[in-house]
Amino acid sequence: MNWAKTKNGKTLAIKDIPELSMTELVAEIAEECEKGSRMVLFFGTDQGKVYAVLAQDVNSRLLVASAGFPKDRTYPSLTRDFPALHVFERELHEEYGLVPDGHPWLKGIRYPFYRHHPEKTMETCPFFRMEGDEIHEVAVGPIHAGVIEPGHFRFMCHGEKVYHLEIQLGYQHRGVERLFCGKRFQETLAESIAGDSVIAHTSAYAMTMESLGGIQITRRAQAIRAIALEMERAGIHIGDLGALANDVAYLLGSAVYGATRTLVINSLLLICGSRFGRGLIRTGGVVFDIEEDKVREIRATLEKVKHDVILMSETMFSTPSVLSRFEQTGVVEKDKAAQIGLVGPAGRASGVPVDVRSDHAYGMYRYSPIHKMTMSSGDVFARAYIRYMEIRQSLNYVMEQISHLPADGTERSPVSDIRLAPDSFAVSMTEGWRGETVHAAITDSQGKPVRYKIKDPSFHNWFGLAQAVRGNGISDFPLCNKSFNLSYCGNDL
Amino acid sequence: MLRNLLHSFKSGIMQESMFTNPLQPLKVRMNQGKQYIPDIKAAVIKPRFRGFPQPDEKAGTSFCAECRQCIDICPAKAIEMNPFSIDMGKCVFCGDCARECPQNLISFSNFHKTAATFREDLKVGKSMTAEAYQARAITVRKDIRKLFGRSLKLRQVSAAGCNGCEMELNACSNVNFDMGRFGIDFVASPRHADGIVITGPISQNMAPALEDAYQCTPDPKIVILVGACAISGGIFQDSPALNREFLQKYPIDLYIPGCPTHPLTFISGVCAFLGI
Repeated sequence: MNWAKTKNGKTLAIKDIPELSMTELVAEIAEECEKGSRMVLFFGTDQGKVYAVLAQDVNSRLLVASAGFPKDRTYPSLTRDFPALHVFERELHEEYGLVPDGHPWLKGIRYPFYRHHPEKTMETCPFFRMEGDEIHEVAVGPIHAGVIEPGHFRFMCHGEKVYHLEIQLGYQHRGVERLFCGKRFQETLAESIAGDSVIAHTSAYAMTMESLGGIQITRRAQAIRAIALEMERAGIHIGDLGALANDVAYLLGSAVYGATRTLVINSLLLICGSRFGRGLIRTGGVVFDIEEDKVREIRATLEKVKHDVILMSETMFSTPSVLSRFEQTGVVEKDKAAQIGLVGPAGRASGVPVDVRSDHAYGMYRYSPIHKMTMSSGDVFARAYIRYMEIRQSLNYVMEQISHLPADGTERSPVSDIRLAPDSFAVSMTEGWRGETVHAAITDSQGKPVRYKIKDPSFHNWFGLAQAVRGNGISDFPLCNKSFNLSYCGNDL
Repeated sequence: MLRNLLHSFKSGIMQESMFTNPLQPLKVRMNQGKQYIPDIKAAVIKPRFRGFPQPDEKAGTSFCAECRQCIDICPAKAIEMNPFSIDMGKCVFCGDCARECPQNLISFSNFHKTAATFREDLKVGKSMTAEAYQARAITVRKDIRKLFGRSLKLRQVSAAGCNGCEMELNACSNVNFDMGRFGIDFVASPRHADGIVITGPISQNMAPALEDAYQCTPDPKIVILVGACAISGGIFQDSPALNREFLQKYPIDLYIPGCPTHPLTFISGVCAFLGI
């Protein structure tokens, strides 16, 4: 066992992390993945090292190991055996020029500002091609028809049928990871990693900083973070159901879910002044408390939300015209989902039981556990229905937590004098509404973060969308896309 | 469908019968009632919302020159000391400055009508009241009013926006805010549009596509910047991955601050600009 063992939200000293050769590290990863561990992070640093973090979901353990860059910058690729690793290897190649020998499709991921091969641009990188007399390609984007983020989709079709979809992203690259380096307490930046997952990313960031700084936060602050995270989940999921309804021209659903979502995110505004939870979480705790009168107001609103969501969903999920579009559309089977490493509701809809809240419980979820839910069909219906189930679960969780808020106050411990642990490696995971959100920081001898790594669940799941549309009619693409609802900027960073 | 039904029953998540009751949609419709905000121009956002900043009269005096905590903590470099001002084009309305100030000299009101037609006007000094700001921030142009006053179709381009502003712009068209009542809509193609709405700090990778979209929009057209990122780069202003040349090349007609911009801020800003 050449791994350092750690847990979610804990810090390791760099000297305690085994440093192997790249060949050894790859062999160790293969052995662990064979046993069922999941790849959480696999990234390089400017200091010429590669770090790997694997998750053992059954015993809530994280395994960390490192390796120096190989001299010839080549190592045996693992993608053929473990397809989930394909994006990590591509990223490592793009950022540091390490070549995974035998990788089937070593294309760039986000064409970042700092890349090892600056001559490789979006224009010069070829697309996957399919040969045949009547094959045609459909190119969509980067600017899409709706008010959404940019990305390019290239479909390879025969008639209406999609054989493959290549998703090329990178348009959203803002250099977020580099902006975190050298600075502390950048919560506002964390809030903008993905503006729809503010709480998920900011709590992961705050957990990382707190673990490096040895800061404890109050139980009440933990409860408020969990409440905000579940409200974010419920709010976005409700919006997603509305968007799904809209995509199948079920306008009643679109209107009702749209209005219901407003109630949830306005309740978040009531707590912290922002409909998306900005300004709520800071290292050391939370900035706003939820007072007695607010508790009453939010409870009453969420009761109504729950009632409306159940009424609307039971109606929508028994409407034949909706079901005929949802069912058996965009299927990702369980085997495939596990192979390509789907996380979050998209994975759970295919029957892959991954949920950081219960697998690697943190914060409030250690005291009030959350029950994992999965479905099996892996189609648009499953991804929609699991959202409905999660909305109810989240609303119940908020209701329970907000009625029994711990009484130890939200006083933040002062952070300005805190020294972050030097020469350390901290990793934190949260379960955002999209799934596993991971932040990792490496500090130098002065305690300054020299490498900051972010992984949005979209990083895994975009490939799931490409798989889901295979064999479907191209007109079902918007529906499949919305059923995943992935982040462009979370991927592009 | 049967398999899913069976699954639902097995996992005990069913509440009522799943078979369609023809009256059910009516029940939903009745429960929904009327959701739109009747008088959107009079609507106010609940307290704790951080809108128009209000620096105290004492801000920027001798004590502040030594303290500078607000300047140090501001992630967007929106605060200037001599004379004291907060630049809403940079401000992400996080409220950190208000909290850090040992003298409590900075506060944010819930006033949301913060849009302006000129970039300089977004800088809020000490003596500026919300009413005074509103009175001078928007200059209505006769030609714009005549052309677009009754119908304005916009093409939105997210140029590295984080999806915060994008979601709020989507919300402008939902049943609550219902921006369509003023004839303002988002359209799918720049060819159908009278103007472009830009969100995000404009990444290098997105700059060519933004240029294309602008060129494809027929004249006469307007350009609206939404959110701190688009107006100034916001918290990404120091990133080398941006390319903001577009903003130097073409005239900007309207600046709408926020992080993200609240739907009411957007709607009131555009309406005021159109003079409606």
